[in-house]
This record gives sequence, C-alpha cells and structure tokens, in this order.
Amino acid sequence: MSTQIPHVNYLELGDRPHLVANECTSCGARYFDRRNACANCFGTDFRKAPIATEGILKSFTIVAFAAPGVPVPFVAGIVDCAGTSVRGNVINVDPTPEKVSLGMKVRLATYSLGTDDDGTEAIGFGFEPAA
Amino acid sequence: MASDDIWILGIAMTKFGKHSDKDIVDLGAEAVMAALTDAGVSMRDIGVLAAGNLMGGGSFGQMLQKQVGQTGIPVYNVTNACATGATALRTAIMAVKAGEVKFGLAVGAEKLAGAGLLGGGGSAKKDGNKWEPKGRFGSVAPTDGRIGTDTMPGTFAQVGMEYGHKYGGVSFELFARISEKNHAHSVLNPMAAYQKKFTLDEIMNDMMIAYPNTRPMCSANCDGAAAAVVCSGETLKTLSLEQQRRAIKVSASVLTTDPYQESCQVLPDVNTLTRNAAKIAYEQAGVSPSDLDLVELHDCFATAELVHYDNLMLCPEGGAVDFFNSGATWRTGSTPVNVSGGLESKGHPIAATGIANIWEICHHLRNEAGDRQIADAKVGLAHVIGLGSACGIHILERSGL
Repeated sequence: MSTQIPHVNYLELGDRPHLVANECTSCGARYFDRRNACANCFGTDFRKAPIATEGILKSFTIVAFAAPGVPVPFVAGIVDCAGTSVRGNVINVDPTPEKVSLGMKVRLATYSLGTDDDGTEAIGFGFEPAA
Repeated sequence: MASDDIWILGIAMTKFGKHSDKDIVDLGAEAVMAALTDAGVSMRDIGVLAAGNLMGGGSFGQMLQKQVGQTGIPVYNVTNACATGATALRTAIMAVKAGEVKFGLAVGAEKLAGAGLLGGGGSAKKDGNKWEPKGRFGSVAPTDGRIGTDTMPGTFAQVGMEYGHKYGGVSFELFARISEKNHAHSVLNPMAAYQKKFTLDEIMNDMMIAYPNTRPMCSANCDGAAAAVVCSGETLKTLSLEQQRRAIKVSASVLTTDPYQESCQVLPDVNTLTRNAAKIAYEQAGVSPSDLDLVELHDCFATAELVHYDNLMLCPEGGAVDFFNSGATWRTGSTPVNVSGGLESKGHPIAATGIANIWEICHHLRNEAGDRQIADAKVGLAHVIGLGSACGIHILERSGL
C-alpha cells in the first residue's frame, strides 16, 4: 500500500480528509500557513482547528488563461466553511457559468496528483457540488 | 518649516503605449523634465526625489538622477505594487510637510508592454521526482491552478463576484458595460495607450481571461511614466502669479494597508483599506463624495471598478450596481469615473499609474483638458490600490485664483 502525502500541509488525509488551520488561542483567528505571530492580536500561541468540510461558494472565477503548465479552464473559488473562508478549486463539475453559481453548496473532495518515484501519492483537494 | 498646506506645482505624464525605443530611464526622464518645466523649477530646486518602479530591478532613482541632474539630494526608491506612484507622491509630500525641503519630486515609470499575464506561475518544480513539502504551506506541487488562482485577472474577477454574492447579484454584462464606458471615454484622451471604442457585444465576445473578465476588461499593459513637483503654500506664495494660478491643492494625501480580516488570506480584501483611506481623505479635505467633480479610480479590471464605487462611498453601501446603472459614472453623469479611459484603456504602466491619474485630475482642475474637459471641475479624487496590499488616495482642488 503506497504512502500518501497531502498537496499542502493544512490538508489532513485519512478516513475523513479535512483541512486544519492554526488557530490563535487568544482571539480565534485561523491561518492556513504557519505564523510567527497572530496578525489580528499579535499572540504567539496557536492550536490546530479542524475546518468544516461543507460550505457555500461565496465567490468564483473561471480561469481561461493561465501561466504555462497550468491546465485551463478551471474554477477558482472562495468557500465559506462555517465561518472560515477557504480558497480552493470547484471540481467535479463543468467549469461554466451555467453549472457554477454564487451561493451553491459545496463539500471538500480529494483527488490524486500522481505518484512519485518512491511510490508516494500526492493528494490534492477541491470542492465539489453538494446536494 | 512644517506645513499642512501642500500644492502640486507641476505635473506631467508621457503618452502611455508601446515605446520600444525608450527604457524606463528615458520614460522617467521625459516625465520629470516635463514636470519641472510645468512647475517652472529645475533640478537645482528639488530637495528630495521619490522614484517608483516595480519591474526594473532597483536603484531607479539614482539611474534617473544621472540622466536629469545628479545633485546629491536624498532619493527614496519606492514600491507598493500598483500603488507605487501614489506612494512616491506621498513620500515627496511628507518631506515637504515636515519642512525638510521646499520642493519635492515624485516619479513613477514602468515598461510593461507585452508583459502578458501577471501573477500566477508557482513554486519551482521539485528536483528529481519526489514529492517534497516546501514553504509555509508545505506544498509538494505548485498551487496556482489547483488551489485557486494567483493570476491578477482571476483574483480581481473573484473580488467583483464576491460583491455580487454579498449584495444581491451581479452579471457578466454589467461588468462588461463598465469596460464599455472606459473604452468610450478613452477616445477623447490622446495620452491613452488605446483610444478604441468597443461595443458591449465586442467586449463580451472577446477572449475570456478569467470569467467574467474578457481581454478588454483587463488593464492594458504598456510603457509610461508620470512625475509631479510639490511644494508648500508658503513657498507657492513666493512664486509667480501664473505658477500660483495653475498650482493644484493637495487637500488629502493618504496611504493605508489592509487591516486583518478573516478572509484576506484567501482573497485580498481590497475593500476595507480603500474605505479606510477614503474616510481619512474626505475628512482631511473637508469634502464629501458628492462634492467630487471627477474620480480616477483603480480599474485594474472592470470587476474591480464596481466595488470601488462602494468603497469610495460614491454610492450607498451595497448600491454599486444601481449606481452604475443610473449612468452616474459616465462622463455625462453626476460622478464621472475614469474619463481618462482608466487602466483598461489609458493603460497601466504600474508605477506610473498613481501619478498619471492625478495628472488627469489636475488637467481638468486647470481647465486644460480640451475635448474631454469636465466642465467647471473644482474637486477630484485619485485612487490606486496595489495587492499585498496598499491603497493611495489623493483629493485635489483647484486654486482659488
């Protein structure tokens, strides 16, 4: 069984893949990257906070023209996951304005980025339409 | 001596466009020498130089001095992304305000013609064929294109769409009509890189870059420069009547950055810092949005212009769509926006833009704008915003003479 590695360190794999943020223990601000201090309250103590896997698409664009090597079109969006804004692609849907709309319900989904020479499979995430 | 009373004594911009035969120093020198002539002063009078350039690699101010006058004055090489020009002007203004110099010079120059897509790309490909976490996000592969987009058209498309989600919807067509306005305005501006009118259909059917931004809805990459000379009211009184008459009062000069906001890590918040800067500017100037005779704001993309109507409080909160639909922002409307053609048509040589849009305002306030003159213009507002972020707002008023 090959090992898996997440595309980014704030994606936690396993039975129920989900995103994890660094949450400031003073004010609750959440960050996806490591922080030297809290941008909101300057605190330096953080704990891990799991992010809801379902949310509402609060903005998106359909990128048709991108840097070399980036396959287009793709839907880039911002998802409101129970109060935490998350950046991700809207996947498993036709990348058209007819199929993607503001306010649609989405949920976290994962997919493979491929396997490296060591047999390690990288796993990425996106958001797919939820019922 | 320190002063709160600041004036633009001279200001100039080069024509924006493709200048293959000119480097950034050529462009900067052209703008500087024209601004000095417009001001009626020489490099000998200038006490400080704030030089803005983004793509050139550094020491632009010193390179420029060697081509216009190497007088040993302090140079501040300035960058703040697309707010660089306003930041350079702010820097010169601060030196005059502090009473350290009598005349300050600010310049912004850029060569961007043919630059193509800005933003995007990503971290370097891994060496060998092994997934290896890199950077603060521990990413094993580039994220642009897989986890959202870093490209400018895509980022600002989301900014506009976010407004629609928040305030009851917005359509592709509406954004395209904003672009239609700006291209129509540019027909009257010989300084614009492009002076072509587009129909709504042409805009909507042009090449899609990042929905809903098609190519004409994106700022035009081009070459250009702009420069301004500033001084205090005390100094101005010692100059000729003609210089005093054409000087433009800087009633507000404000720079802000984006305060922490929950979602700013996933999509730049271009709203809060603009609103904050606008509030400070209106208070500094003692004017309200309804006093403005014209506005030059940062339409890096048609989707950005919409949100800035709201951020600059030109309309009630949430009311930008209705405001545009009322016709208010056409040159014939109550609050003409981007009569220069804006960044979409006049062009956006990044470091020059923040001074070039102030030049446009000054041109109207001096009643020298010819065919595109906004009649009896007395008060104008210039706004730029650079991602990261920084927002520069200046409010300008014509002299009473």
